[in-house]
Amino acid sequence: MTDLTPMLPAPEPRPAEPDSQTPTASLAGLTPKARRQRLDRLAELAAVHAEEKGRSLWAEAFRRLRRNPAAVAGTVVLLLFVLVALIGPLFVPYDPTSTAWADQVKEGQNIIPGPSAQHWFGLDHNGRDEFSRVIVGARQTLLVGVVATALGLIVGCLLGGLAGSAYGLGGRAGRRIDNVVMRVIDMLLAMPSLLLAVSIAALLGPSLTTVMIAIGVISVPVFARLLRGSMLAQANSEYVTAATALGVRRWRIALVHVLPNSLGPVLVQATLTLATAIIEAAALSFLGLGNPDPAVPEWGVMLTDALTRLEVAPRLTIYPAVGIIITAFGFTLLGEALREALDPKLRR
Amino acid sequence: MTAETLVELKDLQVHFPILRGVLVDRVVGHVKAVDGVSLSIPRGSTYGLVGESGCGKTTLGRALLRLVEPTGGTAVFDGVDLTALGSNAMRTMRRRLQMIFQDPLSSLDPRQNIESILTEGLATHGIGADRAARRALVGETLDAVGLPRWALSRYPHEFSGGQRQRIGIARALVLSPDLIVADEPVSALDVSIQAQVLNLLATLQADRGLTYLVIAHDLAVVRHICDTVGVMYLGALVEQAPSAELYTRPLHPYTRALLSAVPVPDPDVEDRRERILLTGDLPSPANPPSGCRFRTRCPWARERCAQERPELRTLAAGHTVACHFAEELE
Repeated sequence: MTDLTPMLPAPEPRPAEPDSQTPTASLAGLTPKARRQRLDRLAELAAVHAEEKGRSLWAEAFRRLRRNPAAVAGTVVLLLFVLVALIGPLFVPYDPTSTAWADQVKEGQNIIPGPSAQHWFGLDHNGRDEFSRVIVGARQTLLVGVVATALGLIVGCLLGGLAGSAYGLGGRAGRRIDNVVMRVIDMLLAMPSLLLAVSIAALLGPSLTTVMIAIGVISVPVFARLLRGSMLAQANSEYVTAATALGVRRWRIALVHVLPNSLGPVLVQATLTLATAIIEAAALSFLGLGNPDPAVPEWGVMLTDALTRLEVAPRLTIYPAVGIIITAFGFTLLGEALREALDPKLRR
Repeated sequence: MTAETLVELKDLQVHFPILRGVLVDRVVGHVKAVDGVSLSIPRGSTYGLVGESGCGKTTLGRALLRLVEPTGGTAVFDGVDLTALGSNAMRTMRRRLQMIFQDPLSSLDPRQNIESILTEGLATHGIGADRAARRALVGETLDAVGLPRWALSRYPHEFSGGQRQRIGIARALVLSPDLIVADEPVSALDVSIQAQVLNLLATLQADRGLTYLVIAHDLAVVRHICDTVGVMYLGALVEQAPSAELYTRPLHPYTRALLSAVPVPDPDVEDRRERILLTGDLPSPANPPSGCRFRTRCPWARERCAQERPELRTLAAGHTVACHFAEELE
């Protein structure tokens, strides 16, 4: 920038061309009017530079995200998914719980009608419209994914934030608080996550809420560890020392300086957790720990039901599975792109 | 220089415990980062602290500001013993004691814009009646360090190294402190910008009567701006003298070695001048050598150096040396 100019060799004087890029280059041989115009243009250029607002790191990250094709693709997939989940149920052709076409299904003879003009995805084993069920199932899936992730994120961030700020800024007592919190987290982390989720779900009885809580709980240690580690790294940075030297209070340093700078990895993890939460919700439903009412469509339950009829109607496994895959893929794409956008090493 | 003393360090120590243990931490030793340093800085003057990496000069600066807790000795600032202050009283005192950091980028919060960085200290100490008053004060400070007003809405990563260091200086300056500890204020900057920043520091000192403690490893930097220079080796001062005197008449072997490493811009002199090459590394501050700390690398070390630790002795006005044989070596 300006400070570097003394180091650079003096720029060679440019030849005075009529349409030179530098407005002052050829002021000499001009009429007063043209000269004034040039000067105005110069002033304008300088003014734009001075008035231009600074861009925060978040704004820059967003700008990079917009330019990343993977992020755009992920966002489009997710928007479609959210759109389907929110307003899809209003437009489905049939009631997803209606068994009006049960007479067409003859399980004894291995007959489950396939796709037709009436039923785009065919019927399921109970004679319900599969297309309507897949669309309405998206809502359940989104709900489970978002609520479970939010639960894990909030609890994990509270615990991790407490431990991280206590350890980073609290001296000896802080290290003790951190120790207690993190050993509890370690105990959660020590158990295989799906096993833990199954135990929780079994303890609370099968329901959709159970699935959300179980998946939320298993993502708590991940968020807590991540935020704590990130905060510890930030607490050792020079700007925290600088804030201390200014006389800023410790809790303010933790909230205003350390926390915002530590959130990047946690946000990335949240998008990735959304993807795994959806898969795990499907897994728990698959194991029979989800919503006990089989009439309410949910992709995981649909997968379980379809599995026993795999040789008769393999397509019934494909619809919910593809739904899960595409959604998880969308979240993963966005998460990876977000990670890249927030990576300080890629900053210009 | 007979001005009143602003800062008086007496036998200041910072010993970091070395902990080992699986369940219960045991103290197995201490890293004596700063091991008994006494010095005084008159108001309005500049004290330069030089020494190689790891000699404890940064720790000393931070211990003075209690960014690192001193484990012994006292640090008296304007009649108040900082080491005895409670955390709240110390926090209030911080308005008068500010710091400039070595790496201007990492010492600025990347998510704060410049206005937020500069007003944070004001808000903390309740200076300025309202937002407008604070903004005015910040604006004046920007002028003083030579930054444009439009910098306020920008973020640290949008500036060059020299501008960032000015932001760091402005952050310290806006609180109108009495003492500024400048930890390697220019070593992260290009040579051409180093001079700008040093001149800025000198101008500000002249305008506002600031007192500086400048920590540096670059002898030329220290010579340029300091009134008194202290040379540190392995956590202790080995020589202290008025700046001009130290450069013309270094007495301690370590100081002489440091100075002989500075190249002379005259090829004839450069070829002929005596050079003292130090061998080996700085000994571990956890296990310093017996007697004189410098004896393991000193070309003139004798038996007495291993047995007796030399005290700082005054050999000329304001010139103190910690060497048994300083007179002989001269």
